Amino acid sequence: MQRKTLRLALVYVVCVLIAIFTLFPIYWMFVVSARTKLEVFSGPKLVQTSFYAFNYYRPFFRDVYGRYLVNSLIIASGNTLLVISLAVLATYAFSRFRVPGSSNLFFWTITNRMAPPAVFIVPFFLIFTRLGLRDTRIGIILLYCIFNLPFAIWLLKGMIDSIPKELDEAAYIDGCSLFGVLWNVILPLAKPGIMTTAILTWIFAWNEYLFAAILTSVHARTITTGLAEFVTVIGTNWGEMAAVSVICLIPAVIFIGIAQRHIIAGLTFGAVKD
Amino acid sequence: MRERKAQVWGLLAPTLFLMFAIGVVPVIYILYLSAFKYNVFSRVGMVYTGFNNFRKLVFDTDFLKSLRLGLTFVALCCGIELPLGLLIANLLTLEFRGKGLFRTIMTLPLAMAPITIGSMWVLLMNPDIGPIPFYLRKLGVEYNIGVNPTQAFFTTVLVDIWHWTPFVVLTFMAGLSALPKQPYEAAVVDGASRWQVFRYITIPLLKPVILTTLFIRIMDTFRVFDEVWMLTSGGPGTATRYVSIHLVRLVLQSMEYGYSSAMSLFLLYLTIVMCWLLMTFISSSQEAA
Repeated sequence: MQRKTLRLALVYVVCVLIAIFTLFPIYWMFVVSARTKLEVFSGPKLVQTSFYAFNYYRPFFRDVYGRYLVNSLIIASGNTLLVISLAVLATYAFSRFRVPGSSNLFFWTITNRMAPPAVFIVPFFLIFTRLGLRDTRIGIILLYCIFNLPFAIWLLKGMIDSIPKELDEAAYIDGCSLFGVLWNVILPLAKPGIMTTAILTWIFAWNEYLFAAILTSVHARTITTGLAEFVTVIGTNWGEMAAVSVICLIPAVIFIGIAQRHIIAGLTFGAVKD
Repeated sequence: MRERKAQVWGLLAPTLFLMFAIGVVPVIYILYLSAFKYNVFSRVGMVYTGFNNFRKLVFDTDFLKSLRLGLTFVALCCGIELPLGLLIANLLTLEFRGKGLFRTIMTLPLAMAPITIGSMWVLLMNPDIGPIPFYLRKLGVEYNIGVNPTQAFFTTVLVDIWHWTPFVVLTFMAGLSALPKQPYEAAVVDGASRWQVFRYITIPLLKPVILTTLFIRIMDTFRVFDEVWMLTSGGPGTATRYVSIHLVRLVLQSMEYGYSSAMSLFLLYLTIVMCWLLMTFISSSQEAA
């Protein structure tokens, strides 16, 4: 019994240490976002009592960051909508019918996801410039499919595979068409899986930086690229940078609340289930 | 039946078309560009040079250095995160109050944008405003990642550990909770020590999860960009210029599209080979088990 209490104590100590290590940087970001320029430079005090809201007001209402935020929302949501609609159709085909080459689906998903995005910047820059897609939201929405679409198909495939085929057949006998089965049988049953996939897709699109940084300049800039613009030669407004970081963090935190149980399955391509 | 077949291809057509346009066409384009000397600023435009770009690549000391640096980064990050994650996950197998809260905290870094993580650590590490340089200075250590290459390198490793150790821990926790109970009960009956249980039961049973996690971590650390870009931009000097950073800087600074394409193609090839090797290794070790 003594040993067990000791082990529990050890567990709590370790947990608290890890929690502090994980949370302190985030806490510090909040603290800096609440400080005036003078406070930021007058030594790193760890506690903050006042709140300087102008850091949150100015970038979004007097500067371009409000527009960046709207762009990010449109791009992430548009990409999710596109990816999910295409992925549901494709996954239905992959899961229910013999499609040549579908055994390579996993390898294709993995390599698309694992390739360094930097590899694609030269061709995309040239192609997008030629097609007039550079610095447009629609261009970025299409582009993000390169990593989100295979990922969504792979994740959905496991979920649709688990829906018994007998249900399809029963619906066919009742006179349903191919799309009728998809709409009336598959979609209602796969709804939770589709929601999870949509949330993860949304987070990946929201968090993306490199493509957006290279392929947008004014009109379609996203919040992540805006964040990187803060560090300038003439000096950085640290308070505002922290405030924009906090805003950028919020959707991720909200979605984590909803999809927490699925994030590990998502990040390991369903290899490890929580 | 033929009608059904057409409908199935109808379901696939939009995905295939889009993935061809954004997944295959760029690769063909890289392949094409890599055979040319193509600089936007040069007046002659594109000049066909055959394999010249690849010959240049093999002897490019900067590129080879970035490759070496990137692989060191991969080895160091994986070498620290996996044992650490395994240790923590193994410690947390028992049920206790607050485990749910702890897991939520651990999930937080996984959902954050890498660029936010970069800016967050800039706020911590900046020599003017950050608490870490401030307190280290009080201890007599001069800490400035903008000047000291060694410190910059290990800071990027630290950031990666902060970002991804929770992922490793959560994956291993999920893997551990799915393991069968009988071997453990048998081991207790046989009087095995904690270490023996860990070494001869947990590790072999958890091997598939460990290998999958290792695979994902290797590929992710190899292509790391956002956090390092925000934190050091590859500097000071070339201390944190990992492959992705090197490539992006090359594209932005030199505008040598032909040569950059050759480098891109090589990295893509390297990624596919690494993926293929690791996946073959994983599936063969699973068959052996």
